[in-house]
Amino acid sequence: MSQRFGRRPTVELHDVTKDFGKVRALDGVSLVVEPGETVAVLGPNGAGKTTAISIMLGLRAPTSGRALLYGQNPRDPASRRHAGVMLQDSGIPPSLKVREAVEMFRRLYERPMSVEAALGAAGLGEKANVKVDSLSGGQRQRLYFALAIVGNPHVLFLDEPTVGLDVESRRGFWDRIEEMVEEGKTLVLTTHYLEEADELADRIVVIDHGKIIAEGSPAAIKATVGGKTVRFRSSGVREAYLRDLPGVRRASVSGDSVEMYTMEPEADLYRMFRDGIEVSELEVVGVGLEEAFVALTSNRKEVAA
Amino acid sequence: MTAVESTARAGARLRAPATLAYLIYVEVVKVVRIPMFAIFTILFPTLLFAMFGLPSVNDTEKGIIAGRYMMSSFGAYAVMGVALFSFGVAIASERGMGWNKLLRATPMNPLSYFIAKIAMAVLVGLATVTLLYLFAGLVAHVQMGLSTWVGLVGLLMAGMVPFVALGLWLGYLGGPQSAAVLANLINLPLSFASGLFIPVQMLPDVVQKIAPYLPSYHVAQLGWTFLGAGDGKGMGYHLVWLAGYTVVFLALAVVWYRRDEGKTFG
Repeated sequence: MSQRFGRRPTVELHDVTKDFGKVRALDGVSLVVEPGETVAVLGPNGAGKTTAISIMLGLRAPTSGRALLYGQNPRDPASRRHAGVMLQDSGIPPSLKVREAVEMFRRLYERPMSVEAALGAAGLGEKANVKVDSLSGGQRQRLYFALAIVGNPHVLFLDEPTVGLDVESRRGFWDRIEEMVEEGKTLVLTTHYLEEADELADRIVVIDHGKIIAEGSPAAIKATVGGKTVRFRSSGVREAYLRDLPGVRRASVSGDSVEMYTMEPEADLYRMFRDGIEVSELEVVGVGLEEAFVALTSNRKEVAA
Repeated sequence: MTAVESTARAGARLRAPATLAYLIYVEVVKVVRIPMFAIFTILFPTLLFAMFGLPSVNDTEKGIIAGRYMMSSFGAYAVMGVALFSFGVAIASERGMGWNKLLRATPMNPLSYFIAKIAMAVLVGLATVTLLYLFAGLVAHVQMGLSTWVGLVGLLMAGMVPFVALGLWLGYLGGPQSAAVLANLINLPLSFASGLFIPVQMLPDVVQKIAPYLPSYHVAQLGWTFLGAGDGKGMGYHLVWLAGYTVVFLALAVVWYRRDEGKTFG
């Protein structure tokens, strides 16, 4: 049975365009997510990430193009029987008890886990008989997670799942997600925390202005940007001087600590030494996903402008 | 389809009634646990009857005992309130908080959501009318045979249908606040103008002319006709009016429902 789903891609978007009035939120997006894959969709606010997930789940119909969930039209509720979701801007009636909300979702799926198992995995076991309105923000987020997993789904769609969580809860949350990925679950997620996407995702899809502008493994994404981050301490060096160096794209000086992002670290450093700039605690590191992301999306804005 | 899967599908089908029962339970619990909601929709009709109806239950109205006449008037007011508030405003509020969106991302058929909500409205409507009739029977000594009770309650439930459709439209028309305001703007003036609090023939001329076009008037007329105090047009006539209103409200609800699906960024 799992083989049957194994042959079908979990998600398919074929040349999907979505217009909201005059605004084009998605512009010719094609994307296939295979079972067992972990895909992070990244992009600045308003880039179209949430719209893309809404279309994958059938919450919205594409203006043109085709979306499939396990080979079926996602507008058909039956196509979602293997999907669990956490959405942005969703809510749960405040007068329901935690257990009731989870039980209700449990009954919507064919092979669910027990309410206790879902609450346990979400770290919410002690709150089972509490009303939703007395949960804290973090606990509410855990409840959304319990609702997402109680149906024992093959694929999890997580739209900004850690928004509003403190660092510690975020860590715990990603640990649980990692367990599920190890069990073989497919994962489609959007997040603002790029280091998390970097750690977890097999594949990163960068969306900007409704288009996919880069796609690949985290390493491949970083490689497309190239360049290095150079950090050092030096007194008296000015930002303007650094920006004039041939390879430097961005530079910031605060006190005596300097950070710059450069395409030609060797040449720039040679020039600085020749100009007699004294440097200590020099560090040259590969570009992080964060820098790659900023470079990718800001390039595009320059093109657009 | 493999054997395992078809078994699982059959299992899901077998579970469907239990699932629907749980959805209905959730709907009822949501309404009952909000005290303001419960008081407003369930207790208010009895409260109004106690204040305005009780002093004159033994008068005669349209040739029958006024107390019985009022069972149709206040009953119509009761089912209208349930449909507009427990059903319509609740939909708007759940839409506003993003609960509907979360449900639409599950394998649940959207129809189940509405069926569960309608079932809740019927149950809450029955509770509201039963409370009113128990109060009328035990405290105000309004005498009615069991068959009259049952018949009247059945007619009121039928009369609730167009208001459920209206509630559905309200639910998709605007946000939670505006839905509540609209429901209030509809509920009280409509009840008053239909002669639910004061008999139609005692209302100002203008209002008397408008009344026969109002859906709430036809709900009350169903009951009055059944009790032998109707306007002589017959029950079929009022049912046709109510069916017409149902179609119109339902069509409006569908238009706004569709519009809502395409709206808002995400």
